[in-house]
Amino acid sequence: MGIQIKEVDTRGMACPQPVLCTKQALDTIEAGMVVAIVDNEIAKENIVKFAKHQDCKVAVKQQADTYYIEIQKGAAAYSAIEASQPLALATVYNTVIMITSDVLGKGAEELGALLMKSYLYTLTAVDQYPTAVILLNSGIKLAVDGAQTVEHLRTLQGRGVEILACGTCLDYYSSKEKLAVGSVTNMYSIIEWMSAAGKVITL
Amino acid sequence: MLVGTETSDDAGVYWLNETTALVQTVDFFTPVVDDPYTFGQIAAANSLSDVYAMGGTPITALNIVGFPFCTLPGTVLAEILQGGQAKATEAGVVILGGHTIQDKEPKYGLAVTGIVAPNEIYTNAQARIGDYLVLTKPIGTGVITTAQKAGLASPQSMTEVIASMTTLNQAAAKAMQAVGCHSCTDITGFGLIGHVCEMAIGSKVSIELYASAVPLFTGAKEYAAMGLIPAGAYANREAMAAHVQKEEQVLEVLMDLFYDPQTSGGLLIAVPEAKLERLKTMLETNCTIPHAVIGRVLSAGSGQIIIRDSNGL
Repeated sequence: MGIQIKEVDTRGMACPQPVLCTKQALDTIEAGMVVAIVDNEIAKENIVKFAKHQDCKVAVKQQADTYYIEIQKGAAAYSAIEASQPLALATVYNTVIMITSDVLGKGAEELGALLMKSYLYTLTAVDQYPTAVILLNSGIKLAVDGAQTVEHLRTLQGRGVEILACGTCLDYYSSKEKLAVGSVTNMYSIIEWMSAAGKVITL
Repeated sequence: MLVGTETSDDAGVYWLNETTALVQTVDFFTPVVDDPYTFGQIAAANSLSDVYAMGGTPITALNIVGFPFCTLPGTVLAEILQGGQAKATEAGVVILGGHTIQDKEPKYGLAVTGIVAPNEIYTNAQARIGDYLVLTKPIGTGVITTAQKAGLASPQSMTEVIASMTTLNQAAAKAMQAVGCHSCTDITGFGLIGHVCEMAIGSKVSIELYASAVPLFTGAKEYAAMGLIPAGAYANREAMAAHVQKEEQVLEVLMDLFYDPQTSGGLLIAVPEAKLERLKTMLETNCTIPHAVIGRVLSAGSGQIIIRDSNGL
């Protein structure tokens, strides 16, 4: 598995949630960096303590009332990040994949479904995972009970990829109760993910 | 009025006649554990503690309750009150009534009235030079209940803190009174250092604490090192830092624990050297929770706390 970068936004959360969310993010990666965003001194100190306790390298950057805590996990990550430019690395690795349909490409439906299944399976086998997969419109059908793609999305999720399904779309297709993997998101959050991404791939 | 707000003591004391003074205190808070009955026990033990810390005997109490009737079933409230009642009964206290208001989250505690002989009041302002400081419960309830909220506290840690928080300070207070000590306070929201500091300021002395002698609950050190530290600990550090000096080798994680706000913590007793052994024996015999000698009153001063790594005791 390659180096991963994850971002955890803990702003507005009460103690001990910021530490817990940071822990969960660090647990999902083998090596790489977690950037925890916090809005208060206490959460900052607690997360720094936590990161040091996990033998990670920590750097804190402050912008106005917001702290960005960069936590490096794994010796390989440390040297790889040192060797390149940290900011560029963050940009390169923060890829978001947006899937807007339950089929891949235009043409025969059956072929499109096959290609989508094949695409998601292949995505689980590549070296570098995206930060998030956002499912929109009929794309949400890939993550509901009975879909053959659920297991691949679960594999991705198990490796730290955020699987996000559009809530409006789930409602439209009456599938909210049937969501089998990932979490429900909204347009505001989708726009935030897209803006923060180094690269958005739309299917 | 015999004890008011000036010395930040545990309870107010009001003179009635030569033989009797009233001791009054109130405390209530939001749940620190999930189980309502246990929460009721903890809140009541915590409220009663202030009377014990003054050397008093609690007599009556009133329930103070906030409860979200819209989101929680009434049976939860009933269990909280049963827990409180159980501790009141154990303490020989009669709950005369109380008051409940609709609130966003549950809150519970007692307003307690006790009595004390005016010449047998234990304030936090009578520690004397050379006194040893004895703590009757371990430290770390804030950190461990925070770890519990994160789902990270071990069953062993939870068993220990719940056993400690639900234990009345009655037996420890009786041991202290039987031996005859100088000064007493209970360790609660301001943390170990905060309450030691109040004793030092009130008694106009400086106090040294021995970091490695302070008893800690299982897991407290690990969870504190993981950053599972409640906001109150930071507020306490902010408020007390000017009074505190520490030896370099005292670990930062221990300092975090010494600032950790305690719920239903132990008594901190200042006892003269000549009576120390007797107090230790009495506590050993009568209390279920282990005690420890954690420090000493050094010299006249204005509330300085010196934290040494070990004691040489």
